[in-house]
Amino acid sequence: MRRILTLTWRYLAFHRFKTLILLAALTITMFLPLAAHIMITYYERDLVARAETTPLVLGAKGNRYDLILKSLYFTAEDPESVTMAQVNTIRNYAMATPVPLHVSFTARGKPVVGTTLDYFEFRDLDVASGTLPMILGDAVVGSLAADELGLKPGDKILTDQTSLYNIAAVYPLKLNITGILAETGTPDDRVLFVDIKTAWIIEGIGHGHQDLVTTDDEAVVLERREGAVIANAAIINYTQISEKNIDSFHFHGDQSEFPITSVIIIPDDKKSGILLRGRYDLSPTEQILVPTRIINELMGIVFQIKKFFDATFALVCVAAALFITLIVLLSLRLRKREMETMLRIGCSRMTIFRIHATELLIVLAASLVTAILLAVLLLMYAPDIASVI
Amino acid sequence: MKKTVQVQNICFRYPHRGFELRIRDLCVDKQEQVAIIGSSGCGKTTLAYLIAGIYVPESGRIIVNDESISDKNDQERRDFRISNIGFIFQEFELIEYLNLEENILLPYFVNKSLTLTREAKEFALELAAAAGLAGKHRRKPGELSQGEKQRLAICRALVTRPAILMADEPTGNLDPETTQSVMQLMKEQARERNTTFIMITHEQGLLKDFDRVIDLTESADKN
Repeated sequence: MRRILTLTWRYLAFHRFKTLILLAALTITMFLPLAAHIMITYYERDLVARAETTPLVLGAKGNRYDLILKSLYFTAEDPESVTMAQVNTIRNYAMATPVPLHVSFTARGKPVVGTTLDYFEFRDLDVASGTLPMILGDAVVGSLAADELGLKPGDKILTDQTSLYNIAAVYPLKLNITGILAETGTPDDRVLFVDIKTAWIIEGIGHGHQDLVTTDDEAVVLERREGAVIANAAIINYTQISEKNIDSFHFHGDQSEFPITSVIIIPDDKKSGILLRGRYDLSPTEQILVPTRIINELMGIVFQIKKFFDATFALVCVAAALFITLIVLLSLRLRKREMETMLRIGCSRMTIFRIHATELLIVLAASLVTAILLAVLLLMYAPDIASVI
Repeated sequence: MKKTVQVQNICFRYPHRGFELRIRDLCVDKQEQVAIIGSSGCGKTTLAYLIAGIYVPESGRIIVNDESISDKNDQERRDFRISNIGFIFQEFELIEYLNLEENILLPYFVNKSLTLTREAKEFALELAAAAGLAGKHRRKPGELSQGEKQRLAICRALVTRPAILMADEPTGNLDPETTQSVMQLMKEQARERNTTFIMITHEQGLLKDFDRVIDLTESADKN
């Protein structure tokens, strides 16, 4: 066997590029189904874990997947908004703690989540450095987002312009970073949190500008009436909230009518949760969803797709096997004279078969080991890869 | 004189090719240096393969070194061939991925009846040195000249200390100068090692130094 291994090794080493190409082709063929399985299992675990820690989500009737994905993972399309009145309604039922979420904006590509301090308590989020948002304009950043954006307490970050072509759109708001959250391994690591009112200011519902009553700059005043001053477009709107101008920030209208994306509902007990769901069963405009059910539904779809991919992979494996057979046959043809020489010298056909079989087995084994090593690496780095994807 | 090869009333036919080789009586003495000539397609290579036991005659007997190889089975013939007959081919037939030393030792790699010992390795290097290939034992065939390749093939044929050195048109691909040196090497080595040397050739100029020339066109009855 040692002599056969020597011959085999010499052949593979001499044709190293051919061997490497074959090894790469086989490795990819073996690794792809493994990788798909690992990533889907990781996603499933990740999605389900988040859903299991979120009892109920209230939002506008419509796409339930968007609502859950937006409320739990801060991704997906913006669902229809509900109003802050829903938070008050839930609170008034005295059966649960409502936590509002407003997830419509981004800062340098990272979602900006408007919420209340209840959210941090509910998700058990601690600050690794700095403090939680204390006043309007403050933001606390998830650990991964802070790493990626290079942010630390005391830094500033501008929210992203919602539409480049809308000249009447609200100016981006410069947020003051007050803290960085400790890593949790959840979607909370990848976002910025602000107070719900700051989120409304980003949306333009609340704003701050120079004081029209006391201003000497008549160029910004369009008309003064009794008890009212009407400003023109030249008025300076503040794009950053500071100690000097914070008092000028105000909201027009009833806050209970202000939009929010959804409400996380933390029922006092199981019965309260059931009762609350019952109360919204017939609502024409709102719905209460159980995240685990929606995620399981979603995973059902994912697994259907996975089955399709598995079937595709099976066909790819068959195609790869055929290609390898072809390569082996062509290789045998190219090496016909070499085999004939060995036969004439005194080698048996069985020995020649063993030489070729050993070559193939070595390449297959090396591919399998490489595929397993890659799979182990993928397992180790699945969270990072998932966050990039 | 003791006979190394005795071919007695053999008949050989290639399936589906309509070629038939019949030889009534052909002998080669021990340590004799014999050239087999004949017109193209007369069966020279076929005879070499029959003597080596690669082909088996339909009838008749071939006795090599007092053993009837016609009566042996495949495995026995292979084992007999690898230790008794050293083959040199026209196209060298070296293994491109093995170095010079490994090419010489190839018979030891492909047949488990031979044991690869330190002595065998030393003998391989001794043969290489005698063939003017000293210091090149790590080179691959692709790094050798045509003449060096054929010298390497001669070393491979001699490494098992065979009773017969069988060369099938070994100089067919060589220039006249290299042909002379290769011929000299084969004959010297065969003589030094008391080996019977049978060479198939169609080059008339090479025949003068052989003990005997067998014209297969005359010796064989063939269709």
